[in-house]
Amino acid sequence: MKKYGKFAALIVIIVGTLIWLATAGIQNNQTYYKTISELGQLGDQAYTKRLRVGGDVGAGSIVRKGNIVEFMLVQEKRNLKVFYDGTDPLPDTFRDGAQALADGRMGRDGIFHANKIQAKCASKYEAKPGGKPAVAPVYNNKASL
Amino acid sequence: MENIGALALLLAFCIAIYAVVGSVTGKLKRNPFLVISAERAVYGVSFLVTLGAGILVSALLTGDFRFVYVAEESNRAMPAIYKFTAWWGGQAGSLLLWSWLLSTYAAVVVFTNRRKHRDFMPYVVAVLATVQAFFLILNCFVVSPFKMLALEKAITAVPDGNGLNPLLQYPAMAIHPPMLYLGYVGFAVPFAFAVGSLITRQPGDGWIHTTRRWTMVTWLFQSCGIVLGAAWAYHVLGWGGYWAWDPVENASLLPWLAGTAFLHSVMMQEKKGMMKVWNIVLVSATFFLCILGTFLTRSGIVNSVHAFAQGSIGKYFVAFMAVGLAATIYLIIDRLDYLKSEAQLEAVISRESSFLFNNLVLLASCFAVLWGTLFPVLSEKFSGEKISLDSAWFNRLMIPIGLFLLLLTGLGPLFAWRRTSSESLRRNFMWPGIASLVLVGALLAAGIHNFYALISFGFCLFVAITIFLEFFKGAKQIAQKSQINFAHAVIELTYRNTRRYGGYLVHMGIVLMFIGFTGAAFNQSRVDEMKAGDSVTLGAYQLTAKATHEGENANYLWQSASVAVSKNGEFLGVLEPEERVYKASRQPTHEVALRIRLNEDLYLNFAGMNGDRAVIQSYIFPLVSWIWIGALVLIFGTLVALVPSKVKREYARTQVVGITKKHATVEK
Repeated sequence: MKKYGKFAALIVIIVGTLIWLATAGIQNNQTYYKTISELGQLGDQAYTKRLRVGGDVGAGSIVRKGNIVEFMLVQEKRNLKVFYDGTDPLPDTFRDGAQALADGRMGRDGIFHANKIQAKCASKYEAKPGGKPAVAPVYNNKASL
Repeated sequence: MENIGALALLLAFCIAIYAVVGSVTGKLKRNPFLVISAERAVYGVSFLVTLGAGILVSALLTGDFRFVYVAEESNRAMPAIYKFTAWWGGQAGSLLLWSWLLSTYAAVVVFTNRRKHRDFMPYVVAVLATVQAFFLILNCFVVSPFKMLALEKAITAVPDGNGLNPLLQYPAMAIHPPMLYLGYVGFAVPFAFAVGSLITRQPGDGWIHTTRRWTMVTWLFQSCGIVLGAAWAYHVLGWGGYWAWDPVENASLLPWLAGTAFLHSVMMQEKKGMMKVWNIVLVSATFFLCILGTFLTRSGIVNSVHAFAQGSIGKYFVAFMAVGLAATIYLIIDRLDYLKSEAQLEAVISRESSFLFNNLVLLASCFAVLWGTLFPVLSEKFSGEKISLDSAWFNRLMIPIGLFLLLLTGLGPLFAWRRTSSESLRRNFMWPGIASLVLVGALLAAGIHNFYALISFGFCLFVAITIFLEFFKGAKQIAQKSQINFAHAVIELTYRNTRRYGGYLVHMGIVLMFIGFTGAAFNQSRVDEMKAGDSVTLGAYQLTAKATHEGENANYLWQSASVAVSKNGEFLGVLEPEERVYKASRQPTHEVALRIRLNEDLYLNFAGMNGDRAVIQSYIFPLVSWIWIGALVLIFGTLVALVPSKVKREYARTQVVGITKKHATVEK
């Protein structure tokens, strides 16, 4: 029994250390997903937590000023002004009309200060100018019969 | 053509269902003809899926823009190679690739085992065909690659397509997804054998022996896939990293971790008859993590750079995994009696125990990564708030775990089975231990105070020396005995036990990769807006902006900046980072410029123009090349381990008795 005691003790130490590493200070690693309209209802909490806000990049709103990139995030007709001052280069997919996620903190000035941006292309067919709008994908019914 | 393609997949689906029913009924009713016909059905599925895939690929290559998939993922100006790789550029195509790989694997398995394992092969076929049927459901009914563009009821075409995502138009990216998929899909095979062996209550470890090479090859593909993905991120994404704990990266890492644990713990079963339940659990976990990986990548359930597809396929995956997991768990619990361990753990400092802790830590890391990846989903379910964890959280957990595993890499192989004497501990570990302490002392004196970096370098040297000593001692003996030179003796030594020495080489590869990872503790970077003639300093380098150029070709517009690089006054050359805008998708990409050296990479990214000034991001990444070198060593080591040993090692207790005879009648 004694040798199993040793194994048990070692396992407890290892697992315990990992749980401690995983939980200690986890607050600082958490980012809360919020919509732009939820931001307004958060009250003071909005300024203390790290937040992730999603939306579309407003057309023509991207402006580069020194090391800061300013743009407007639009979600359900609500706008949020975002200043990006992170060190990572902006993703290639980040441009007008793209869906973007901004990680950062809400400033008291009403501007969202992001230090990380993720972006995803908007649906390609809609974005393409001059494409035939009536063209829509359908199943090829003949073969599925 | 599109009708033939869709019909082929539909037929393949029906035949896969037949293979499941046929092989199980054939086995239960002892009807060898049904079993054989089910096996032939597997070949049929393989042929039909190949036909379907061929039609899609030819549509991509010829630019048949009536196909939705072709219009979305390809365009006329793309080079032919990327037209081909557009096969896995989107959701529908990549799921078809999954199906195609699985059907090919299944056909190979059936062919190579046509005279072996007759009593459980029907179940192997049934499991593989079930998985196949699931993916064919997706291919046929949910995300068909054979959807056509239509105006009202008439099929139509667009003049040109959107083109493959430009980020994917890169050589490493062309082979990264199939590599990863070869790995994902491959684990279906050992899983199927494990289930087959469990259902029929096989004595012995037949399934492990039969699938050892499969598992290793699959693991190799997965390792290559992960490293290629990292290399792609480093060279193409332009954010200067190779790993960011992105959900999809994690998805590829999860089955790799579980698979690595499995590769180690099967040795316990082969040599000691221990951990039988555990191995079944591990191989099942690995398989379901592969499915989960595909699910995470393809369903967009968690936000990610890769998750390009939001969609309906999520619920199918969840249902499939729920049913599959429930069935597997039931089976394992029901068959527990057959999985009794034949030996017991004896001492904490022993080979068995090092395997145990290797498994514990690998699984813990796997669980941690899974937890962190799914945290947004879980937190939303349980607290109503969607919360994500950042990469700092992953690093805080995974760096200590990785270092502990690195240490085990050095210790484990040198512990004796059962128990290790303190005499042998001293003999094996004294010099490596002293050497690493000296190294850590020297690094401290040189002004390196990063705690983890010091530990990591110390462990790396420790493990490297233990591995060298193993080769050295063994080869010296052989050289003396058979009067051959030392280099020849090293080859002879490796050839005598490829598994062991190949394994050491894999460990060496891991050590080199850790050296590369540790370099990240010393990264430097800066961002500057530079006019022609401006000069900045980063580390020992002086960077001077020279000029910008621009131009275009059929596929994209480009603009580049030339930056002259010198170090301590000595001119080293001109780097030209480039920004491209692809015409079809109107998407920009950044082609970074690198000066690659073994000690450090200088990495420049041209982030665009701000007025008349070029925005240049410059980075120094110390030691990063060692990651790629380590990966090559790892691949080489795995290949060595796959070579059959010169001396066939016999383990008395691993005989599989009487399987082939009992049902030999099935063949004829």
